[in-house]
Amino acid sequence: MSVNKYSDLKNVNDVVISTRIRFARNLREFPFPCRLSDENKRKVSSIVKEAVLDGHSAIAHRFRYIQMSELTQEEAVSLVERHLVSPEFISDRQGRGLLLLDDESVSIMINEEDHVRIQVIGSGMKLDELYDLADKIDTLLDEQLNFAFNEKLGYLTQCPTNIGTGMRASLMLHLPALKESGAMNKISASLSKLGLALRGLYGEGTEPSGAIYQLSNQVTLGITEKEAIKNLRDIACQLVTQERNARETLSHNINVLDSIYRSYGLLLYSRLMSNNECMKLLSNVRFGVEMGLFENIDFDTVNRLIIEIQPATLMKNIGKKLSAQERDHIRAELVRTALIQPKIPASHRIEKQSTENRE
Amino acid sequence: MLCQSCEKKQANTHIKTILNGELKEYDLCSECAKKLGYGSVFGGFGFDLDKLFGSFMDGIAAPKTKKRCQCCGSSFEDIAKSGKVGCAECYDTFYEELLPSVQRIHGRTSHMGKLAHSAGTEVKLKNEIAKCRAELEQAIKAQEFERAAELRDKIIELEKNSAANADKNGKE
Repeated sequence: MSVNKYSDLKNVNDVVISTRIRFARNLREFPFPCRLSDENKRKVSSIVKEAVLDGHSAIAHRFRYIQMSELTQEEAVSLVERHLVSPEFISDRQGRGLLLLDDESVSIMINEEDHVRIQVIGSGMKLDELYDLADKIDTLLDEQLNFAFNEKLGYLTQCPTNIGTGMRASLMLHLPALKESGAMNKISASLSKLGLALRGLYGEGTEPSGAIYQLSNQVTLGITEKEAIKNLRDIACQLVTQERNARETLSHNINVLDSIYRSYGLLLYSRLMSNNECMKLLSNVRFGVEMGLFENIDFDTVNRLIIEIQPATLMKNIGKKLSAQERDHIRAELVRTALIQPKIPASHRIEKQSTENRE
Repeated sequence: MLCQSCEKKQANTHIKTILNGELKEYDLCSECAKKLGYGSVFGGFGFDLDKLFGSFMDGIAAPKTKKRCQCCGSSFEDIAKSGKVGCAECYDTFYEELLPSVQRIHGRTSHMGKLAHSAGTEVKLKNEIAKCRAELEQAIKAQEFERAAELRDKIIELEKNSAANADKNGKE
Protein backbone atom coordinates (compact mmCIF):
# COMPACT_ATOMS: atom_id res chain seq x y z
CA MET A 1 0.00 0.00 0.00
CA SER A 2 1.29 3.43 -0.86
CA VAL A 3 1.85 6.19 1.67
CA ASN A 4 -0.80 8.18 -0.18
CA LYS A 5 -3.51 5.78 0.76
CA TYR A 6 -2.68 6.24 4.42
CA SER A 7 -2.93 10.00 4.34
CA ASP A 8 -6.05 10.11 2.18
CA LEU A 9 -8.87 11.32 4.39
CA LYS A 10 -11.35 11.76 1.54
CA ASN A 11 -11.85 8.08 1.01
CA VAL A 12 -12.06 6.43 4.41
CA ASN A 13 -14.10 3.36 3.43
CA ASP A 14 -11.34 1.16 4.80
CA VAL A 15 -12.33 2.29 8.31
CA VAL A 16 -15.77 3.91 8.15
CA ILE A 17 -18.50 1.36 7.40
CA SER A 18 -21.56 3.59 7.62
CA THR A 19 -22.99 6.90 8.82
CA ARG A 20 -26.21 7.60 10.67
CA ILE A 21 -28.00 10.82 11.63
CA ARG A 22 -30.91 10.72 14.05
CA PHE A 23 -33.24 13.50 15.24
CA ALA A 24 -35.43 13.13 18.34
CA ARG A 25 -38.68 15.10 18.15
CA ASN A 26 -41.97 15.27 20.08
CA LEU A 27 -45.43 16.63 19.43
CA ARG A 28 -46.20 19.57 21.67
CA GLU A 29 -49.78 18.60 22.49
CA PHE A 30 -49.10 15.10 23.82
CA PRO A 31 -47.25 13.86 26.91
CA PHE A 32 -43.98 12.06 26.08
CA PRO A 33 -44.29 8.29 25.37
CA CYS A 34 -43.54 7.27 29.00
CA ARG A 35 -46.75 9.05 30.04
CA LEU A 36 -48.80 8.34 26.94
CA SER A 37 -52.00 6.27 27.15
CA ASP A 38 -52.61 3.55 24.56
CA GLU A 39 -55.37 5.70 23.11
CA ASN A 40 -52.99 8.65 22.70
CA LYS A 41 -50.25 6.41 21.31
CA ARG A 42 -52.64 5.46 18.52
CA LYS A 43 -53.44 9.13 17.96
CA VAL A 44 -49.77 10.15 17.78
CA SER A 45 -49.13 7.25 15.43
CA SER A 46 -51.86 8.21 13.02
CA ILE A 47 -50.99 11.93 13.10
CA VAL A 48 -47.33 11.28 12.30
CA LYS A 49 -48.18 8.65 9.71
CA GLU A 50 -50.52 11.03 7.95
CA ALA A 51 -48.01 13.90 8.06
CA VAL A 52 -45.38 11.73 6.37
CA LEU A 53 -47.52 9.84 3.86
CA ASP A 54 -49.74 12.74 2.82
CA GLY A 55 -47.00 15.34 3.12
CA HIS A 56 -45.68 17.58 0.36
CA SER A 57 -42.30 15.93 0.28
CA ALA A 58 -41.13 14.51 -3.02
CA ILE A 59 -40.40 11.19 -1.33
CA ALA A 60 -43.71 10.89 0.58
CA HIS A 61 -45.04 8.15 -1.72
CA ARG A 62 -41.89 6.06 -1.19
CA PHE A 63 -42.59 5.51 2.51
CA ARG A 64 -44.41 2.47 3.79
CA TYR A 65 -45.99 2.21 7.23
CA ILE A 66 -45.29 -0.82 9.43
CA GLN A 67 -47.34 -1.55 12.53
CA MET A 68 -44.64 -2.97 14.81
CA SER A 69 -47.00 -5.28 16.72
CA GLU A 70 -47.86 -7.09 13.48
CA LEU A 71 -44.30 -8.22 12.74
CA THR A 72 -42.92 -11.64 13.64
CA GLN A 73 -40.09 -11.71 16.15
CA GLU A 74 -37.58 -12.46 13.35
CA GLU A 75 -38.77 -9.53 11.25
CA ALA A 76 -38.56 -7.18 14.24
CA VAL A 77 -35.08 -8.30 15.32
CA SER A 78 -33.90 -8.14 11.72
CA LEU A 79 -34.79 -4.42 11.68
CA VAL A 80 -32.34 -3.96 14.57
CA GLU A 81 -29.68 -6.06 12.88
CA ARG A 82 -29.98 -3.85 9.82
CA HIS A 83 -29.71 -0.77 12.07
CA LEU A 84 -33.10 0.55 10.93
CA VAL A 85 -34.56 0.73 14.46
CA SER A 86 -33.07 0.76 17.95
CA PRO A 87 -33.02 -2.34 20.18
CA GLU A 88 -35.23 -0.40 22.60
CA PHE A 89 -37.86 0.05 19.89
CA ILE A 90 -38.57 -3.69 19.60
CA SER A 91 -38.41 -4.46 23.34
CA ASP A 92 -42.09 -3.53 23.54
CA ARG A 93 -43.78 -3.21 20.17
CA GLN A 94 -47.30 -2.22 21.32
CA GLY A 95 -48.42 1.15 20.02
CA ARG A 96 -45.27 1.63 17.98
CA GLY A 97 -45.06 2.24 14.27
CA LEU A 98 -42.32 2.56 11.69
CA LEU A 99 -42.21 4.53 8.46
CA LEU A 100 -39.60 3.10 6.16
CA LEU A 101 -38.36 4.52 2.86
CA ASP A 102 -38.31 2.01 -0.01
CA ASP A 103 -34.51 1.84 -0.17
CA GLU A 104 -34.35 1.65 3.68
CA SER A 105 -32.15 4.75 3.91
CA VAL A 106 -34.71 6.67 5.99
CA SER A 107 -36.65 5.26 8.93
CA ILE A 108 -39.04 7.18 11.15
CA MET A 109 -39.77 5.50 14.48
CA ILE A 110 -43.05 6.46 16.13
CA ASN A 111 -43.46 6.27 19.94
CA GLU A 112 -39.96 5.06 20.66
CA GLU A 113 -38.38 7.02 23.52
CA ASP A 114 -39.73 10.11 21.77
CA HIS A 115 -42.83 10.52 19.60
CA VAL A 116 -40.77 10.83 16.45
CA ARG A 117 -37.27 9.64 15.69
CA ILE A 118 -36.05 10.46 12.21
CA GLN A 119 -33.09 8.37 11.14
CA VAL A 120 -31.07 8.54 7.94
CA ILE A 121 -28.41 5.93 7.22
CA GLY A 122 -25.88 5.45 4.44
CA SER A 123 -22.67 3.57 3.72
CA GLY A 124 -19.24 5.13 4.20
CA MET A 125 -18.63 8.61 5.64
CA LYS A 126 -21.54 10.81 4.51
CA LEU A 127 -22.17 13.15 7.44
CA ASP A 128 -23.08 16.32 5.50
CA GLU A 129 -25.17 14.59 2.87
CA LEU A 130 -27.22 12.60 5.39
CA TYR A 131 -27.59 15.58 7.71
CA ASP A 132 -29.05 17.65 4.87
CA LEU A 133 -31.60 14.96 4.10
CA ALA A 134 -32.59 14.50 7.77
CA ASP A 135 -32.83 18.28 8.12
CA LYS A 136 -35.17 18.55 5.12
CA ILE A 137 -37.46 15.79 6.38
CA ASP A 138 -37.49 17.37 9.84
CA THR A 139 -38.38 20.82 8.49
CA LEU A 140 -41.25 19.41 6.40
CA LEU A 141 -42.63 17.46 9.36
CA ASP A 142 -42.23 20.36 11.79
CA GLU A 143 -44.48 22.55 9.63
CA GLN A 144 -47.28 20.04 10.04
CA LEU A 145 -46.63 18.55 13.45
CA ASN A 146 -45.51 21.56 15.51
CA PHE A 147 -42.63 19.96 17.45
CA ALA A 148 -42.11 20.68 21.15
CA PHE A 149 -39.48 23.41 21.34
CA ASN A 150 -38.27 25.74 24.06
CA GLU A 151 -36.22 28.83 23.24
CA LYS A 152 -33.68 28.12 25.97
CA LEU A 153 -33.52 24.34 25.81
CA GLY A 154 -34.18 23.74 22.10
CA TYR A 155 -36.08 20.65 21.02
CA LEU A 156 -37.60 18.94 24.06
CA THR A 157 -37.13 15.21 24.52
CA GLN A 158 -38.19 12.59 27.03
CA CYS A 159 -34.61 12.08 28.20
CA PRO A 160 -32.70 15.27 29.04
CA THR A 161 -29.58 13.78 27.44
CA ASN A 162 -31.12 14.56 24.02
CA ILE A 163 -32.48 18.09 24.47
CA GLY A 164 -31.21 20.95 22.32
CA THR A 165 -30.61 19.79 18.78
CA GLY A 166 -31.96 16.31 19.53
CA MET A 167 -29.38 15.15 17.04
CA ARG A 168 -27.21 12.08 17.34
CA ALA A 169 -24.71 11.58 14.53
CA SER A 170 -22.83 8.32 14.51
CA LEU A 171 -20.20 6.55 12.47
CA MET A 172 -19.70 2.82 12.41
CA LEU A 173 -15.98 2.13 12.41
CA HIS A 174 -13.94 -1.00 11.84
CA LEU A 175 -10.90 -0.76 14.11
CA PRO A 176 -9.22 -4.18 14.15
CA ALA A 177 -5.64 -2.92 14.43
CA LEU A 178 -6.36 -0.53 17.30
CA LYS A 179 -8.26 -3.29 19.05
CA GLU A 180 -5.40 -5.73 18.46
CA SER A 181 -2.90 -3.23 19.83
CA GLY A 182 -4.96 -2.92 23.02
CA ALA A 183 -5.42 0.83 22.66
CA MET A 184 -9.22 0.88 22.62
CA ASN A 185 -9.86 1.43 26.32
CA LYS A 186 -7.51 4.36 26.49
CA ILE A 187 -9.04 5.88 23.35
CA SER A 188 -12.63 5.48 24.62
CA ALA A 189 -11.78 7.11 27.91
CA SER A 190 -10.31 10.18 26.23
CA LEU A 191 -13.25 10.41 23.80
CA SER A 192 -15.79 10.79 26.56
CA LYS A 193 -13.92 13.90 27.68
CA LEU A 194 -14.50 15.34 24.20
CA GLY A 195 -18.25 14.83 24.35
CA LEU A 196 -18.17 11.73 22.16
CA ALA A 197 -18.92 8.10 22.93
CA LEU A 198 -17.55 4.89 21.49
CA ARG A 199 -19.90 1.93 21.73
CA GLY A 200 -20.42 -1.62 20.49
CA LEU A 201 -22.01 -2.72 17.22
CA TYR A 202 -25.66 -2.22 18.16
CA GLY A 203 -25.22 0.95 20.14
CA GLU A 204 -25.81 1.69 23.76
CA GLY A 205 -24.75 -0.99 26.18
CA THR A 206 -23.60 -3.58 23.64
CA GLU A 207 -20.23 -5.25 23.38
CA PRO A 208 -18.16 -4.60 20.30
CA SER A 209 -18.44 -7.51 17.89
CA GLY A 210 -15.92 -8.08 15.12
CA ALA A 211 -13.95 -4.94 16.07
CA ILE A 212 -16.88 -2.79 14.93
CA TYR A 213 -17.53 0.32 17.00
CA GLN A 214 -19.97 3.19 16.93
CA LEU A 215 -18.65 6.69 17.43
CA SER A 216 -21.28 9.32 18.21
CA ASN A 217 -21.73 12.78 19.68
CA GLN A 218 -23.06 12.96 23.24
CA VAL A 219 -23.60 16.66 23.80
CA THR A 220 -26.71 18.05 22.13
CA LEU A 221 -27.27 21.32 23.99
CA GLY A 222 -25.35 24.54 23.38
CA ILE A 223 -23.73 23.27 20.20
CA THR A 224 -25.07 23.60 16.66
CA GLU A 225 -25.70 20.54 14.50
CA LYS A 226 -22.93 21.60 12.12
CA GLU A 227 -20.39 22.03 14.93
CA ALA A 228 -21.29 18.68 16.45
CA ILE A 229 -20.83 17.05 13.04
CA LYS A 230 -17.54 18.82 12.49
CA ASN A 231 -16.24 17.61 15.87
CA LEU A 232 -17.32 14.09 15.09
CA ARG A 233 -15.64 14.17 11.70
CA ASP A 234 -12.39 15.63 13.10
CA ILE A 235 -12.14 12.95 15.76
CA ALA A 236 -13.14 10.21 13.34
CA CYS A 237 -10.37 11.31 10.96
CA GLN A 238 -7.87 11.13 13.81
CA LEU A 239 -9.07 7.62 14.59
CA VAL A 240 -8.77 6.70 10.90
CA THR A 241 -5.17 7.89 10.88
CA GLN A 242 -4.37 6.05 14.12
CA GLU A 243 -6.01 2.88 12.85
CA ARG A 244 -4.08 3.08 9.57
CA ASN A 245 -0.80 3.56 11.42
CA ALA A 246 -1.57 0.59 13.63
CA ARG A 247 -2.38 -1.47 10.51
CA GLU A 248 0.89 -0.47 8.92
CA THR A 249 2.73 -1.69 12.02
CA LEU A 250 0.78 -4.95 12.12
CA SER A 251 1.09 -5.60 8.39
CA HIS A 252 4.53 -7.16 8.96
CA ASN A 253 3.42 -9.19 11.96
CA ILE A 254 3.39 -12.85 10.95
CA ASN A 255 0.90 -13.76 13.71
CA VAL A 256 -1.59 -11.22 12.42
CA LEU A 257 -1.12 -12.27 8.80
CA ASP A 258 -1.51 -15.91 9.76
CA SER A 259 -4.76 -15.27 11.60
CA ILE A 260 -6.16 -13.29 8.64
CA TYR A 261 -5.33 -16.03 6.11
CA ARG A 262 -6.58 -18.74 8.49
CA SER A 263 -9.86 -16.84 8.88
CA TYR A 264 -10.20 -16.67 5.10
CA GLY A 265 -9.57 -20.40 4.88
CA LEU A 266 -12.20 -21.17 7.50
CA LEU A 267 -14.77 -18.96 5.79
CA LEU A 268 -14.07 -20.67 2.45
CA TYR A 269 -14.28 -24.26 3.66
CA SER A 270 -16.44 -24.47 6.80
CA ARG A 271 -19.84 -26.11 6.66
CA LEU A 272 -21.14 -24.86 10.03
CA MET A 273 -20.51 -21.37 11.28
CA SER A 274 -21.87 -19.75 14.45
CA ASN A 275 -22.71 -16.05 14.43
CA ASN A 276 -19.93 -15.12 16.85
CA GLU A 277 -17.28 -17.05 15.01
CA CYS A 278 -18.46 -15.70 11.68
CA MET A 279 -18.30 -12.08 12.90
CA LYS A 280 -14.79 -12.62 14.16
CA LEU A 281 -13.60 -14.23 10.94
CA LEU A 282 -15.30 -11.66 8.70
CA SER A 283 -13.68 -8.92 10.74
CA ASN A 284 -10.28 -10.55 10.15
CA VAL A 285 -10.93 -10.89 6.43
CA ARG A 286 -12.06 -7.27 6.20
CA PHE A 287 -8.79 -6.42 7.93
CA GLY A 288 -7.05 -8.36 5.17
CA VAL A 289 -8.99 -6.47 2.48
CA GLU A 290 -8.00 -3.22 4.19
CA MET A 291 -4.34 -4.27 4.00
CA GLY A 292 -4.72 -5.15 0.34
CA LEU A 293 -4.31 -8.91 0.82
CA PHE A 294 -7.47 -10.01 -0.99
CA GLU A 295 -7.99 -8.23 -4.28
CA ASN A 296 -11.04 -10.27 -5.21
CA ILE A 297 -13.08 -9.09 -2.19
CA ASP A 298 -14.46 -5.60 -1.81
CA PHE A 299 -15.73 -3.72 1.25
CA ASP A 300 -19.34 -3.81 0.05
CA THR A 301 -19.35 -7.61 0.04
CA VAL A 302 -18.02 -7.81 3.60
CA ASN A 303 -20.33 -5.03 4.86
CA ARG A 304 -23.32 -6.78 3.31
CA LEU A 305 -22.33 -10.15 4.81
CA ILE A 306 -21.94 -8.68 8.30
CA ILE A 307 -25.67 -7.89 8.20
CA GLU A 308 -26.91 -10.92 6.26
CA ILE A 309 -25.33 -13.48 8.60
CA GLN A 310 -27.17 -12.12 11.67
CA PRO A 311 -29.63 -14.75 12.95
CA ALA A 312 -32.95 -12.93 12.49
CA THR A 313 -32.03 -11.41 9.11
CA LEU A 314 -30.87 -14.82 7.94
CA MET A 315 -34.24 -16.37 8.88
CA LYS A 316 -36.15 -13.45 7.41
CA ASN A 317 -34.36 -13.86 4.08
CA ILE A 318 -34.90 -17.63 4.04
CA GLY A 319 -38.52 -17.08 5.03
CA LYS A 320 -38.87 -19.55 7.89
CA LYS A 321 -37.79 -20.32 11.44
CA LEU A 322 -34.56 -22.29 11.64
CA SER A 323 -32.80 -24.19 14.41
CA ALA A 324 -29.39 -22.93 15.50
CA GLN A 325 -27.66 -25.65 13.52
CA GLU A 326 -29.68 -24.95 10.38
CA ARG A 327 -28.72 -21.30 10.72
CA ASP A 328 -25.05 -22.20 11.14
CA HIS A 329 -25.23 -24.33 8.02
CA ILE A 330 -26.88 -21.65 5.87
CA ARG A 331 -24.56 -18.99 7.28
CA ALA A 332 -21.47 -20.99 6.27
CA GLU A 333 -22.91 -21.48 2.80
CA LEU A 334 -23.84 -17.82 2.42
CA VAL A 335 -20.35 -16.63 3.30
CA ARG A 336 -18.60 -19.27 1.21
CA THR A 337 -20.64 -18.42 -1.89
CA ALA A 338 -20.15 -14.69 -1.47
CA LEU A 339 -16.39 -14.96 -0.99
CA ILE A 340 -15.79 -17.40 -3.82
CA GLN A 341 -18.08 -15.73 -6.33
CA PRO A 342 -15.86 -12.95 -7.68
CA LYS A 343 -13.33 -15.46 -9.04
CA ILE A 344 -15.79 -17.75 -10.79
CA PRO A 345 -17.24 -16.95 -14.21
CA ALA A 346 -20.97 -16.25 -14.10
CA SER A 347 -21.98 -19.46 -15.92
CA HIS A 348 -20.18 -21.69 -13.43
CA ARG A 349 -21.49 -19.75 -10.52
CA ILE A 350 -25.12 -20.61 -11.13
CA GLU A 351 -24.29 -24.27 -11.53
CA LYS A 352 -22.22 -24.25 -8.36
CA GLN A 353 -24.90 -22.54 -6.31
CA SER A 354 -27.56 -25.00 -7.37
CA THR A 355 -25.46 -28.03 -6.46
CA GLU A 356 -24.70 -26.49 -3.09
CA ASN A 357 -28.32 -25.82 -2.36
CA ARG A 358 -29.06 -29.49 -2.78
CA GLU A 359 -26.58 -30.46 -0.10
CA MET B 1 -30.25 -9.06 46.17
CA LEU B 2 -33.14 -6.99 44.81
CA CYS B 3 -33.55 -6.12 41.15
CA GLN B 4 -31.88 -2.78 40.43
CA SER B 5 -34.61 -1.71 38.04
CA CYS B 6 -37.89 -2.35 39.87
CA GLU B 7 -36.32 -2.67 43.32
CA LYS B 8 -39.07 -5.13 44.20
CA LYS B 9 -38.28 -8.62 42.98
CA GLN B 10 -35.31 -10.86 43.63
CA ALA B 11 -32.57 -10.35 41.03
CA ASN B 12 -31.63 -13.48 39.11
CA THR B 13 -30.10 -12.09 35.92
CA HIS B 14 -26.64 -10.61 35.81
CA ILE B 15 -25.88 -8.24 32.96
CA LYS B 16 -22.57 -6.80 31.86
CA THR B 17 -22.34 -3.83 29.54
CA ILE B 18 -19.37 -2.02 28.15
CA LEU B 19 -19.60 1.69 27.40
CA ASN B 20 -16.52 3.70 26.54
CA GLY B 21 -14.49 0.72 27.63
CA GLU B 22 -15.97 0.95 31.08
CA LEU B 23 -17.51 -2.24 32.38
CA LYS B 24 -20.81 -1.90 34.20
CA GLU B 25 -22.73 -4.70 35.84
CA TYR B 26 -26.37 -4.88 36.75
CA ASP B 27 -28.53 -7.36 38.62
CA LEU B 28 -32.10 -7.61 37.38
CA CYS B 29 -35.13 -9.81 37.96
CA SER B 30 -36.18 -11.91 34.98
CA GLU B 31 -39.16 -9.69 34.18
CA CYS B 32 -37.14 -6.48 34.06
CA ALA B 33 -34.40 -8.23 32.09
CA LYS B 34 -36.98 -9.28 29.52
CA LYS B 35 -38.44 -5.80 29.42
CA LEU B 36 -34.99 -4.40 28.74
CA GLY B 37 -34.43 -6.75 25.83
CA TYR B 38 -32.15 -9.24 27.60
CA GLY B 39 -34.73 -12.03 27.64
CA SER B 40 -34.72 -12.83 23.95
CA VAL B 41 -32.88 -15.75 22.38
CA PHE B 42 -31.02 -13.35 20.16
CA GLY B 43 -29.62 -11.48 23.11
CA GLY B 44 -26.62 -9.23 23.01
CA PHE B 45 -28.62 -6.08 22.38
CA GLY B 46 -30.06 -4.29 25.34
CA PHE B 47 -29.76 -0.57 25.75
CA ASP B 48 -28.64 2.03 28.17
CA LEU B 49 -29.77 0.91 31.60
CA ASP B 50 -28.53 4.16 33.06
CA LYS B 51 -31.53 5.90 31.60
CA LEU B 52 -33.84 3.63 33.53
CA PHE B 53 -32.10 4.31 36.77
CA GLY B 54 -32.38 8.02 36.23
CA SER B 55 -28.66 8.33 36.55
CA PHE B 56 -28.72 11.70 34.83
CA MET B 57 -29.45 12.82 38.39
CA ASP B 58 -26.25 11.20 39.68
CA GLY B 59 -24.44 13.16 42.31
CA ILE B 60 -27.12 15.79 42.52
CA ALA B 61 -29.52 15.63 45.42
CA ALA B 62 -33.04 15.72 44.02
CA PRO B 63 -34.54 19.08 44.99
CA LYS B 64 -37.61 18.63 47.15
CA THR B 65 -40.70 20.17 45.67
CA LYS B 66 -44.38 19.30 45.88
CA LYS B 67 -45.13 20.83 42.48
CA ARG B 68 -46.79 18.71 39.85
CA CYS B 69 -46.83 19.31 36.12
CA GLN B 70 -50.27 20.59 35.20
CA CYS B 71 -50.15 18.96 31.82
CA CYS B 72 -49.11 15.37 32.59
CA GLY B 73 -49.21 15.19 36.38
CA SER B 74 -45.53 14.26 36.87
CA SER B 75 -43.86 15.23 40.12
CA PHE B 76 -40.15 16.01 40.10
CA GLU B 77 -39.59 12.84 42.06
CA ASP B 78 -41.18 10.84 39.21
CA ILE B 79 -38.80 12.42 36.74
CA ALA B 80 -35.70 11.99 38.90
CA LYS B 81 -36.53 8.36 39.63
CA SER B 82 -37.35 7.27 36.09
CA GLY B 83 -34.90 9.53 34.29
CA LYS B 84 -37.76 10.42 31.99
CA VAL B 85 -39.41 13.81 31.66
CA GLY B 86 -43.21 13.52 31.38
CA CYS B 87 -44.05 16.12 28.74
CA ALA B 88 -42.88 19.32 27.08
CA GLU B 89 -44.46 21.43 29.82
CA CYS B 90 -42.46 19.64 32.54
CA TYR B 91 -39.42 21.49 31.19
CA ASP B 92 -41.12 24.79 32.11
CA THR B 93 -42.59 23.56 35.39
CA PHE B 94 -39.34 22.03 36.63
CA TYR B 95 -36.88 24.26 34.77
CA GLU B 96 -34.98 25.28 37.92
CA GLU B 97 -34.86 21.73 39.26
CA LEU B 98 -33.70 20.23 35.96
CA LEU B 99 -31.07 22.84 35.20
CA PRO B 100 -28.23 21.38 37.36
CA SER B 101 -28.59 17.99 35.62
CA VAL B 102 -28.76 19.62 32.21
CA GLN B 103 -25.59 21.54 33.02
CA ARG B 104 -23.85 18.36 34.14
CA ILE B 105 -24.89 16.34 31.07
CA HIS B 106 -24.18 18.92 28.39
CA GLY B 107 -21.87 21.39 30.10
CA ARG B 108 -24.11 24.13 28.70
CA THR B 109 -27.64 25.32 29.31
CA SER B 110 -28.76 27.26 26.27
CA HIS B 111 -29.68 25.95 22.87
CA MET B 112 -27.73 26.72 19.72
CA GLY B 113 -28.62 25.40 16.31
CA LYS B 114 -31.77 24.69 14.39
CA LEU B 115 -34.93 26.47 15.49
CA ALA B 116 -38.36 24.94 15.30
CA HIS B 117 -41.10 26.41 13.17
CA SER B 118 -42.78 27.66 16.34
CA ALA B 119 -39.81 29.68 17.64
CA GLY B 120 -40.41 33.46 17.88
CA THR B 121 -38.93 36.02 15.46
CA GLU B 122 -36.68 37.43 18.15
CA VAL B 123 -35.01 34.09 18.85
CA LYS B 124 -34.61 33.47 15.15
CA LEU B 125 -32.89 36.85 14.75
CA LYS B 126 -30.63 36.27 17.77
CA ASN B 127 -29.66 32.89 16.42
CA GLU B 128 -28.92 34.33 12.99
CA ILE B 129 -26.70 36.99 14.58
CA ALA B 130 -24.78 34.41 16.60
CA LYS B 131 -24.25 32.37 13.45
CA CYS B 132 -22.97 35.38 11.50
CA ARG B 133 -20.60 36.30 14.34
CA ALA B 134 -19.09 32.82 14.27
CA GLU B 135 -18.71 33.04 10.48
CA LEU B 136 -17.16 36.49 10.83
CA GLU B 137 -14.53 35.15 13.21
CA GLN B 138 -13.73 32.37 10.74
CA ALA B 139 -13.49 34.85 7.87
CA ILE B 140 -11.08 37.08 9.81
CA LYS B 141 -8.94 34.10 10.74
CA ALA B 142 -8.82 33.05 7.10
CA GLN B 143 -8.03 36.67 6.15
CA GLU B 144 -11.06 36.83 3.86
CA PHE B 145 -11.67 40.50 4.52
CA GLU B 146 -14.23 41.09 1.80
CA ARG B 147 -16.42 38.33 3.23
CA ALA B 148 -15.80 39.70 6.76
CA ALA B 149 -17.04 43.15 5.72
CA GLU B 150 -20.18 41.64 4.21
CA LEU B 151 -20.85 39.72 7.39
CA ARG B 152 -20.24 42.79 9.57
CA ASP B 153 -22.85 44.75 7.58
CA LYS B 154 -25.27 41.87 7.83
CA ILE B 155 -24.84 41.70 11.61
CA ILE B 156 -25.49 45.45 11.96
CA GLU B 157 -28.64 45.07 9.87
CA LEU B 158 -29.84 42.08 11.90
CA GLU B 159 -29.17 43.89 15.18
CA LYS B 160 -31.27 46.81 13.97
CA ASN B 161 -34.12 44.43 13.16
CA SER B 162 -33.75 42.74 16.51
CA ALA B 163 -33.91 46.06 18.40
CA ALA B 164 -36.92 47.18 16.35
CA ASN B 165 -38.62 43.90 17.06
CA ALA B 166 -37.95 44.19 20.82
CA ASP B 167 -39.34 47.75 20.81
CA LYS B 168 -42.45 46.63 19.04
CA ASN B 169 -43.00 43.82 21.50
CA GLY B 170 -42.34 46.14 24.44
CA LYS B 171 -45.01 48.60 23.32
CA GLU B 172 -47.66 45.99 22.66
